[in-house]
Amino acid sequence: MKKFTKILAILLALALVFSFAACTKTDDEGNNNGESMTADVAEKGLEDIKVGFIFLHDENSTYDLNFIKAAKEACDKLGVEYVQKVNIPESNECYEAAVDLADRGCDIVFADSFGHEQYIIQAAKEYPEVQFCHATGTMAHTEGLKNFHNAFASIYEGRYLAGVAAGLKLNEMIAEGKFTADEAKIGYVGAYTYAEVISGYTSYYLGVKSICPTATMEVQFTGSWYDETAEKEAATKLISNGCKLISQHADSMGAPTACENAGIPNVSYNGSTVDACPNTFIISSRINWAPYFEYIINCVANGEIIATDWCKGITDGSVELSAINEKAAAAGTAEKIEEIKAGLANGSIKVFDTSTFTVGGETLASYKADVDTDAAYTPDTEVISDGYFHESEFRSAPYFDLRIDGITLLNEKF
Amino acid sequence: MSIKEKQIHEPLFHIAKRDALPFWLSWLIRILSVVAALIACAAVTVVLTGENPINVYATMIDGAIGTERRIWSLFQNIAMLLCVSLAVTPAFKMKFWNIGAEGQVLVGGLATAACMILFGDKLSPVILYPLMIVTSILAGAIWGFIPAFFKAKWNTNETLFTLMMNYIAIQIVSFFTYKWSVPKGSGQIGVINASTQAGWLPNIGGSPYLINILIVAVLTIGMYIYLKYNKHGYEISVVGESENTARYVGINVKKVIMRTMLLSGAICGIAGLLLVSGTDHTITRNTAAGRGFTAIMVSWLAKFNPIYMVLTSFLIVFLQKGAIEISTIYGLNDSFSEIITGIIIFFIIGSEFFVNYTVKFRESKKGANK
Repeated sequence: MKKFTKILAILLALALVFSFAACTKTDDEGNNNGESMTADVAEKGLEDIKVGFIFLHDENSTYDLNFIKAAKEACDKLGVEYVQKVNIPESNECYEAAVDLADRGCDIVFADSFGHEQYIIQAAKEYPEVQFCHATGTMAHTEGLKNFHNAFASIYEGRYLAGVAAGLKLNEMIAEGKFTADEAKIGYVGAYTYAEVISGYTSYYLGVKSICPTATMEVQFTGSWYDETAEKEAATKLISNGCKLISQHADSMGAPTACENAGIPNVSYNGSTVDACPNTFIISSRINWAPYFEYIINCVANGEIIATDWCKGITDGSVELSAINEKAAAAGTAEKIEEIKAGLANGSIKVFDTSTFTVGGETLASYKADVDTDAAYTPDTEVISDGYFHESEFRSAPYFDLRIDGITLLNEKF
Repeated sequence: MSIKEKQIHEPLFHIAKRDALPFWLSWLIRILSVVAALIACAAVTVVLTGENPINVYATMIDGAIGTERRIWSLFQNIAMLLCVSLAVTPAFKMKFWNIGAEGQVLVGGLATAACMILFGDKLSPVILYPLMIVTSILAGAIWGFIPAFFKAKWNTNETLFTLMMNYIAIQIVSFFTYKWSVPKGSGQIGVINASTQAGWLPNIGGSPYLINILIVAVLTIGMYIYLKYNKHGYEISVVGESENTARYVGINVKKVIMRTMLLSGAICGIAGLLLVSGTDHTITRNTAAGRGFTAIMVSWLAKFNPIYMVLTSFLIVFLQKGAIEISTIYGLNDSFSEIITGIIIFFIIGSEFFVNYTVKFRESKKGANK
């Protein structure tokens, strides 16, 4: 301990010396709250724009592949320079990657994973002249930074439609006598237990239930966005529990592969998995990020301010359904989906219609959600009105976190 | 001649331990191996990207020191790798195979993070900082002490023991990242005390990295003096040379083992503190980022000399940064930087073989056998 105090003393002395010697540099830190907040973005030619992308995984992840494809598509279309960093974990490495991209002269830095958000904010404070955009994040509307923006899409609409396809398949199997209507149990492999995943599986389940009213669902969580073994095991467990159809919200090919091996129909996510699962893949919903990427690039080119929260849905091309695999899907799936889609577009169908679900046996007339993220998760905004839950309207990222009846969570440790 | 003798074939070559090489020659071999490694790396890169080799090297250098921020980042990474290397050095010098530095750093980091999360807004900095320092050092020291205690008492295998302690540490960190995750259920802690910056090591002269670099610089000098001029350092080298000799001259071997591992773990704890409180401001399973293992190499290559370790860690971090730059610029997967690092390490370790051993070819005067 004595030695340590000595070391500490030397250190403090050194620290003092250096802080005097380097006084002139301290103002680097302070300039992010002053003039930069008022400085407006200048116009820039498309050919001078450079966009940096930060991806959680690489092309092997269905989630990241969906982003990577859209990013390349948008950048090629508009002719802007493209830099990417893959396999960036949700840790300080994300901050390092973001400041490196800014340092490299990127005008826009985009990150694709929920856990990247705080590190992107940290970088955004340091580089006020660079626009930082983040998918699935929740903090832009409360953070008050001019150069930090969130985006998402109304993927719950896509999930609902995918659920319709799953419900039709269940009905077909019931009609074929494979199991009774009471046995219509489906399984869902989820990554974590926060709103984005809950909103996803609930909208999917409501879609299934709108077609097959006796359907129940079991959800198994993996505690990781990409863990092929865990996802495969979770799907296998659900199948052995008697689930007749599986869907997933995790990013590897684990669950679809398990379904193909067991011959259980699968509703996929983030893009078609028909190549790997030709016999069991039914349909997949995904967010098409290309419209958003084009939007932010054009904003920078035109000197316009990027929306703090951006959320578009199925009518704007931001949410898409893959081609239906006729081999696995029930007859008439395409027609039914078109019908429901039209209903969503004209507002006659609401995904989170409160008359279609109960929580603890009760129909909800009021619910306050935690829209403005804070440490204590204080519910702050009334989100049920006009008979439905207003998802993604008060901020882009989902905040539907109700545990509705009919869905059993097998493990909640995550 | 008997038949037996006739059947003995002298092999084409055999390997023999060689006498100590002159200083300049052994270093020449090492430098040549680095040059050879760079050529091999360039060859791989050229094949994959079609770029000319000069550009490849230029890109690497640019990636390491191209901008002021990169230079800071380079030195920060050197400092952290060096810190963990300093930690494992006394144990390795004692021939105690501590491959548990990864876990010792993690528990040190976790202790720091715990203080920041639990007490960040409750305690004043005057209490918070000493608490963070003490708990992280204690956590690392305890994590290092446990295998040493078992080794001293029951002669357990320290390699397996320290290795397993890593997994325990990783699982404990996993547990707490779920427990403290923000938002709940997301499985990640995020930036701790982002608004108040409570428990963050201060920026010196506008740089968030300088304080880590300074602390490690002081540790390096301290470790050099400890190993070279302190009685403990001498005891460590005697135990490392031969435990029996140590016992014969009256050194309490068990005590030395436990004391050294306490020190080793404590410095790992400091590394955890610097990583969590100094730069990352968060903790994940990957906070140590493999440094616990890379450090072993840094320490071995430098022959356990803390001053040489500055050079070896510089070399490794410089090349890593360069390789990352190449994968970014040429749009390669980040695995590419691991391939490059792997090639370089392969050559460097290979050079140690030629420094320590000589290859003797069959003498030809006996005539060809076939």
